[in-house]
Amino acid sequence: MTDAPRRTALDATHRALGATMTDFAGWDMPLRYGSERDEHVAVRTRAGLFDLSHMGEITVTGPQAADLLDHALVGNIGGVKTGRARYTMICDAEGGILDDLIVYRLADREYMVVANASNAQIVLDALTERAAGFDAAVRDDRDAYALLAVQGPESPGILKRLTDADLDGLKYYAGLPGTVAGVDALIARTGYTGEDGFELFVRPEHAVTLWQALTEAGKDAGLVPCGLSCRDTLRLEAGMPLYGHELTRATTPFDAGLGRVVKFEKTTNDGDFVGRTALEAAAARAETAPPRKLVGLIAQGRRVPRAGYPVVAADGAVIGEVTSGAPSPTLGKPIAIAYVDAAYATPGTEGVAVDIRGTHEPYEVVALPFYKRQK
Amino acid sequence: MSNPQQLRYSKEHEWLSAAEDGVSTVGITEHAANALGDVVYVELPEVGKEITAGETCGELESTKSVSDLYAPVNGEIVEINEDVVADPSLVNSAPFEGGWLFKVKISGEPGELLSADEYAAFIQS
Repeated sequence: MTDAPRRTALDATHRALGATMTDFAGWDMPLRYGSERDEHVAVRTRAGLFDLSHMGEITVTGPQAADLLDHALVGNIGGVKTGRARYTMICDAEGGILDDLIVYRLADREYMVVANASNAQIVLDALTERAAGFDAAVRDDRDAYALLAVQGPESPGILKRLTDADLDGLKYYAGLPGTVAGVDALIARTGYTGEDGFELFVRPEHAVTLWQALTEAGKDAGLVPCGLSCRDTLRLEAGMPLYGHELTRATTPFDAGLGRVVKFEKTTNDGDFVGRTALEAAAARAETAPPRKLVGLIAQGRRVPRAGYPVVAADGAVIGEVTSGAPSPTLGKPIAIAYVDAAYATPGTEGVAVDIRGTHEPYEVVALPFYKRQK
Repeated sequence: MSNPQQLRYSKEHEWLSAAEDGVSTVGITEHAANALGDVVYVELPEVGKEITAGETCGELESTKSVSDLYAPVNGEIVEINEDVVADPSLVNSAPFEGGWLFKVKISGEPGELLSADEYAAFIQS
């Protein structure tokens, strides 16, 4: 028996726009409205509007909220200033990644943890369990928020038409409460596209009002509604990892080339946290004898690598595996993120190919990301 | 979405024109093109190749997936659409026209092909 997929507060809006819907982590979400390539290009050059209400919000409050999060997560959360956000991860005792997260410090004793839809229950359960002994409360706020994102170079101009909030003073990875189109919102300068942009957390009953106001305000700037399909190619070009692809429970942050998110020195707890011992070993291994490294691959031909396809050397030996792949609208060529043996991970390594359904297609090894916006 | 009346359709979402001198043009339907999303790569059978109804004879690759192309009839490939090889987006923008895939000289009587109305009912079911 399966449960019917959950629908966001914007479900009727998506259907009225003719969206192709898809099941994503138990949610019925827009995959694309028209051409996913046009949506991708709109975000790179103008602006795109996303419904991300499937993301999982968890609020942590109390005198020891910071201590709890420093214990439960790998980052230095006590060191995050009020109004700022941090990209971090939650690991198990063996150092395996349970999820990657963004944590917003909303007040001295109040944090909002944003988990991936597919892992929200796992994160909620882990935080609740790890809260034992701390004077802090973990609250499931998944139903309390809808989340809209405006991404792309035109997004600051569009948002300024709808808010008095000081957007110029809002740095990347910061969030502040404000009013947008008359609606109370947490306005965050975050995103998953490689572009400047904002994520707006609002109460679900305000989602349609805000969506319509953004659509209207963005009309002249070329803003278009965007689905999850272009979100994936945008994040892939930007070299951002995706849980279930680059990040899994069998992977530590160091194996994923993201060891920098692990802070062995913390503001609270004397640096102790779940997974610390295992992660120290993973850090040492990554330093001396990394098993495989995460790299970028750019196709010379036109066939597209998919997650799970083998990466092979000139002699046909399997030297890695593709974790994400897609045609890149910006580069005009297929690209992939892959784990490859360290000996083949240097950019420019010759003779690397991807086995695309039996044919070895030549690929160039490059450093990530594929795309970096000009600031 | 309308399916041209003069064409016949396979359950694998190919369309087939009425044969002229035994040669039919084959493409995929607008329904299939929409379901695939932006097509970015097509692999077509070579001219001269014998294809067999129901068997794969090529590949259509879109942003998110790859799909087999099935032969709707038995026959020999007599022409492929080089324009669509160069610009696969034609499959999306003009599936029944400039986005045709290949021409086949039919040797075996086509198997189970549908009329436009039957195909419309099939994709609704």
